[in-house]
Amino acid sequence: MLNNTKSLNPFLMITLKNLHKSYVTGNNSLHVLKGISLEIEEGEMVSVMGASGSGKSTLLNVLGILDNYDSGEYYLNKMLIREINETRAAQLRNRTIGFVFQSFNLISFKNALENVALPLYYQGVSRRKRNQIAMEYLDRVGLKDWWTHLPSELSGGQKQRVAIARSLIGKPKVILADEPTGALDSVTSMEVMDILHEINNEGITIIIVTHEHDIAVRTERSIKLKDGVIENIIYHKSAYRAVSSF
Amino acid sequence: MFDLDKWQEIFSTINKNRMRTFLTGFSVAWGIFMLIILLGSGKGLQNGIDAQFKNDAVNTIWFGPGTTSKAYKGLQAGREIKFTNEDYEYIRKHIDGLDKVSGRYYMWQNRVISYKTEYGVFDLIASHPDYFDIENATMTEGRFLNQIDIKKRRKVVAIGEPVRKALFKNGGSPIGEYIKVNNIPFQVVGVFHEKNERDETRLYLPISTAQMISGGADRVHNFAVSSYLSAAESEELEKTIRTKLAERHRFDKDDQNAMWMWNTLKEYKKFTNLFLGIQIFVSIIGAFTIIAGIVGVSNIMIIVVNERTKEIGIRKAVGATPFSVISMILLEAVLITGLAGYIGLVLGVGLLSMISSILPQNDFFQNPEVDFTVALVSTVVLIVAGTLAGLMPAIRASRIRPVVALRDE
Repeated sequence: MLNNTKSLNPFLMITLKNLHKSYVTGNNSLHVLKGISLEIEEGEMVSVMGASGSGKSTLLNVLGILDNYDSGEYYLNKMLIREINETRAAQLRNRTIGFVFQSFNLISFKNALENVALPLYYQGVSRRKRNQIAMEYLDRVGLKDWWTHLPSELSGGQKQRVAIARSLIGKPKVILADEPTGALDSVTSMEVMDILHEINNEGITIIIVTHEHDIAVRTERSIKLKDGVIENIIYHKSAYRAVSSF
Repeated sequence: MFDLDKWQEIFSTINKNRMRTFLTGFSVAWGIFMLIILLGSGKGLQNGIDAQFKNDAVNTIWFGPGTTSKAYKGLQAGREIKFTNEDYEYIRKHIDGLDKVSGRYYMWQNRVISYKTEYGVFDLIASHPDYFDIENATMTEGRFLNQIDIKKRRKVVAIGEPVRKALFKNGGSPIGEYIKVNNIPFQVVGVFHEKNERDETRLYLPISTAQMISGGADRVHNFAVSSYLSAAESEELEKTIRTKLAERHRFDKDDQNAMWMWNTLKEYKKFTNLFLGIQIFVSIIGAFTIIAGIVGVSNIMIIVVNERTKEIGIRKAVGATPFSVISMILLEAVLITGLAGYIGLVLGVGLLSMISSILPQNDFFQNPEVDFTVALVSTVVLIVAGTLAGLMPAIRASRIRPVVALRDE
């Protein structure tokens, strides 16, 4: 358990204080997160590990404001996220957070360009402008020539790159990646991690939920969850990152 | 609140989900189409029935003598009742509420009528002048019979249009010409037109002339009277006529065989009642058609929203607000149902006008048409219902938690 919740660090992107979360199904209540306290600084690249049922996906959902929590405090970019309405949550997700999912979650009837441009549609950017920006981001993930392709016409790695481009287009502060390499082979996984590193180098905070050790060692530290509490935190000195920010 | 970008997004969604769009649209278009056909057929039936009665004045009572079936005041049953010119005068003077009164005398039915070398077989009717109004006829040339013809027992006739066509082929005016009926010359005084062709293919001559020629003395075979009374009053009138004539001719007023009566208003009433029944039936079926349409549209909307759960989850994850989700689904529903409803409306009205132009004029089914206001209102009702049906799933969709929607199956 971490207990270093002292004064506010000006570089803190995410702060959790004694966070609890239960799922109620019928008469059963499942206590998933049992008091999580955690600080993640701006520009950090962190992995969350744990066995299934340890609460790592739930934690990511709470961080992504996709789900609410029962008690404790969650500060995102120094703002308390508590009981905010759906519209405000949608705006926060749109402007502050980018998501990358294991199953990509691209809209099947939209082509690569339209998928990437979608967050800008909800920011009210004009069609021409957002398609132009989306093309730039597709270029960044090396898929410029594939922009007309539907998700079904892309390989797993390509789909994940489209999803990463989509997560970046809104210029988020944090990227939340839920098992981003779970559906990919090891070579492609490493390519995706390379892209995530590049993004991180630009100062965007990245949190990756994974159960793969190879992925976890490429982050600065791994937060290990077990039965809804933080079991330990491992700091990596990986070959890709000589100096940890800690 | 016109947002071009929003519509572009909706159009692109519709365009890329054509099957779904087609199914939703088809159910709406089909519902409206069936409704229009149904309403139009009902109207066609009504037009047919109305046309049946347009030929005659609808408030006419016909009656004539029969044979008594009951003994009455010392008189035996089986006595033949006879009406005469005196009855005509009596009815005119002593029965209130009558507008037109005419007697009719039967003789020489289907006689050969000739003019120079042309001839034909036509019906000959001997009546009073009022018969003209009872038959709802119109004069195209000359005049109808008048009271002077009756008084002077003139040998004059009014002929129908088909008779003029058959006898006066050279196109000259028949007025003043003499035609021969049973070899007796009659002067033509007028040509009339009637909607019912059977009632038009005939000649009218004064009842008094006919009585004189056939030696019928003063006999009248039956009467036709018209009034401006309502159905209830008309039935009352019917009773009065029966009671008074029963008194005059000394038969039991409950003896139906002594005198026959035919009240067209009563018959018309029967038909209007029948039609009212049909109308109610059509309305009920129509209402159920709309309900079926609403259920169909709602069903599809629910399926559509379910099918789009994941898409909605993705949209919410990248920043779609609940309002934007609701408006997206609703606008799409309104667009599809509105367009499809319009197509159904046009097709239905088109088919009806096609039927009306192809189908031969029929006694019981004429000019199927649809009250455009009714059609428009039903279309709007279906669109609004479709929208409301879409609203519930849309609101539910807007509340879908992205976590649930994005959960891997």
